[in-house]
Amino acid sequence: MLNKVNREIPLTIPALKGREVYQGEFALEAKTKRAGRPMHTTLAHTSKVLVSIDEAIEKTGLKDGMTISFHHHFRNGDYVMKLVMDRIHEKGIKDLTIATSSLSPCHDFLIDMIKDGTVTALETSGVRDALGKFLTQNPGALKRPLVIRPHGGRARAVTCGDVHIDVAFLGVPTCDPRGNATGMIGKSACGALGYAMVDAQYADQTVLITDNLVDYVYPYSIPQTNVDYVVAVEEIGDPNGIASGAIGITRNPVQLKIAEMAAQFLDEAGIIEEGFSFQLGAGGAPLAVAKNISEKLKAKGVVGGFGVGGATGVLAGMLEEGLIKAVYDTQTFDTAAAASLHNNPNHIEMSASMYANPWTDCMVNHLDVVFLGATEVDTDFNVNCMTDSNGVLMGASGGHSDTAAGAKVTVITCPLIRGRLPMVRDHVQTVITPGSSVDVIVTERGLAINPARQDLIEKLQGSDLPIFTIEELQKMAYDRVGKPEDIKVSDKDEDIVAIVEYRDGSIIDVVRKPLD
Amino acid sequence: MSQLTEDAKKRLSRSMMFVPGNSPKMINSADIHGADSLMFDIEDSIPVTEKDTARLLVAEALKKLPFKGERVVRINHPTQTPYGLDDMDVIIPAKPDLIRLPKTEDVSEVELVAKKIEEVEKANGWEEGTINIIVAIESVKGLYNVREICHGPRVVAIALGAEDYRADLRTTKNKPAVELLFARQTILLAAREAGIRVIDTVFSDVKDPEGFREEVEFIKALGFDGKSCIHPSQIKIIHDVFTPSEKEIAHSVKVLNSYADALRNNKGVIAVDGKMIDGPIVVRAQRVVDKAWAAGIKVELEEGAERDVK
Repeated sequence: MLNKVNREIPLTIPALKGREVYQGEFALEAKTKRAGRPMHTTLAHTSKVLVSIDEAIEKTGLKDGMTISFHHHFRNGDYVMKLVMDRIHEKGIKDLTIATSSLSPCHDFLIDMIKDGTVTALETSGVRDALGKFLTQNPGALKRPLVIRPHGGRARAVTCGDVHIDVAFLGVPTCDPRGNATGMIGKSACGALGYAMVDAQYADQTVLITDNLVDYVYPYSIPQTNVDYVVAVEEIGDPNGIASGAIGITRNPVQLKIAEMAAQFLDEAGIIEEGFSFQLGAGGAPLAVAKNISEKLKAKGVVGGFGVGGATGVLAGMLEEGLIKAVYDTQTFDTAAAASLHNNPNHIEMSASMYANPWTDCMVNHLDVVFLGATEVDTDFNVNCMTDSNGVLMGASGGHSDTAAGAKVTVITCPLIRGRLPMVRDHVQTVITPGSSVDVIVTERGLAINPARQDLIEKLQGSDLPIFTIEELQKMAYDRVGKPEDIKVSDKDEDIVAIVEYRDGSIIDVVRKPLD
Repeated sequence: MSQLTEDAKKRLSRSMMFVPGNSPKMINSADIHGADSLMFDIEDSIPVTEKDTARLLVAEALKKLPFKGERVVRINHPTQTPYGLDDMDVIIPAKPDLIRLPKTEDVSEVELVAKKIEEVEKANGWEEGTINIIVAIESVKGLYNVREICHGPRVVAIALGAEDYRADLRTTKNKPAVELLFARQTILLAAREAGIRVIDTVFSDVKDPEGFREEVEFIKALGFDGKSCIHPSQIKIIHDVFTPSEKEIAHSVKVLNSYADALRNNKGVIAVDGKMIDGPIVVRAQRVVDKAWAAGIKVELEEGAERDVK
């Protein structure tokens, strides 16, 4: 069945029986109540603290066929998933579904556990490197295709019960014996715990794993009322992989040029004004946009409203300088931002649900503008940030489609040419964010405004910015590097590698196995 | 001398950005930063093992890609190195705007390049002066011959190459660069006498934008038309320094309007704000307005007043 972005969705395959195809950003009505963890009597004067992960696995009664969850706040420094999965593997538990908020290269060990049947289903926002290649090339390795969800879509799925988590194993940088936990302090501090907050609340059972067990924790991100067990281990992660030092602004001249034009667009569109709210990604280019926005706020003498993170030191710095009034943070990227979250009362932690869940009052719905990257875009303004030029999984859905749907103006920054490949395609390989959510695409050679936004086109009339149609941008790229051949993919049902969910749970695309 | 060559001597030349000729990525995006001139290098930044790669890559890029800005190729020296003659054979037919002759020490070297250009122009039926030459002085010998070199055939611009010159002097880099002062001024005078553009050497510390700005202000005060740069972030600073102030622009507009009025009404003596204006002041005013336009400031002049430097 063709969906609203003209993708053929094979509803006949078992994994898609009864599912809705994508029909538009806010087309689907929520028709369900919140799910919730079962209640049980808690005896007085019992301890939640267990001696080992083994004991936690036993106490939770984890068995074949269950769904377990993890979070990705430790990024590539995460030890928790491996610590837990090694014990599960040792115990011979099979046929598990891992529903994680995302995956990093440090999780490539899952390949072996998929091969031996320990893990038979995987749901995530992102997947890359060896695991991404393995899953792309071996669609039959899992029992059903990989499920890719945006962050808000995952929060929605967990809170409404589309994803039922039997046991959540959540690494927390500091916690007390009753299970009050925070990510702001501890040797493995990661800042906000926005993704973990949702899982702790909705999983049938929650196990916290920490390397800093202290007597009392306040403020806490996860309350003891959502926690069943606590396990202390030596290390939950590698601090260098968890949070980088202050993420710097890119020095790449092409990225800087794009950032400069994006900020100028914003200024000329009249968006940088008193109280305006924005979200920036954590890459070097978005941070360069932040620098430009800061300069324009100062020049105009106005104060912005709130910024949303993926928080970085650059965003925290804007708060510190009084250029914005608040930062809402679901995931903290560097040590400077983690310190800000801890110290500045206007740097506010939020759950993934409050960030982007389409079925609740989420912060993305209050955004004036969002700046997002893209792997490639197409002439319908659709965005792919999931598969590479060979059709291989190598990215993340992230908050891309959530923020793009919510923000009044969505700005995509993307080089026109990468290597020798044009990045404005006729059709992106994988649709993550529909073109109807995208308002302007900024490249190093100019920008294209979505024809649906005549208001912006009119505002920018007479601008010095190099404004083109998207087709003109594409032609500029083709004139330089030629038109690439389309990737040939298998049309067989059994070669469907991944199902791409839109934030409302409808199916926006599928990833098929590339041929040769 | 051809009109094209004469025009090339007056071209706006605030920034000349170096682009390594063996990097397709950098060549591809070379013109997005707004440099007045792009200098594709197949000389010193290219290792011996990649000379032919860079030569062919730059030639193909010149033939296929529509670059905004003046296209310059720095070739290897045709007599001091074994690569220069091959460079000329491949690069000149690709029709760059300028060939940059490095380490120029004698006008005979310029004549060698000019002869080759002439042959290619004739063979292709291109107008004379389609391709011209920028020379770089990088040695004491070159500096002593600089007047003659500036008058060489097709020479429309001159640059200082500081690194080799410093080595030749047996000195090192200083801040401020006192060791370059004599060369800078000597080259500048020779260029002015010959009526050609004069462009300063690179400033290699990309991480020192303040130091860079100081140097650009300094060479602008000396009289240079522009500066070479090695990183796109330096272009903005150069253009910023070379952009005339509002006051300068306002005064120049007044001068040009009064001059046009005088011509129209056959007035003999012209004065602006109580000061006499003559030929050089008019030319300077035109240069100011020209630079303002290049910086995107849309200066309006009354009818009959011209901004073009003739």
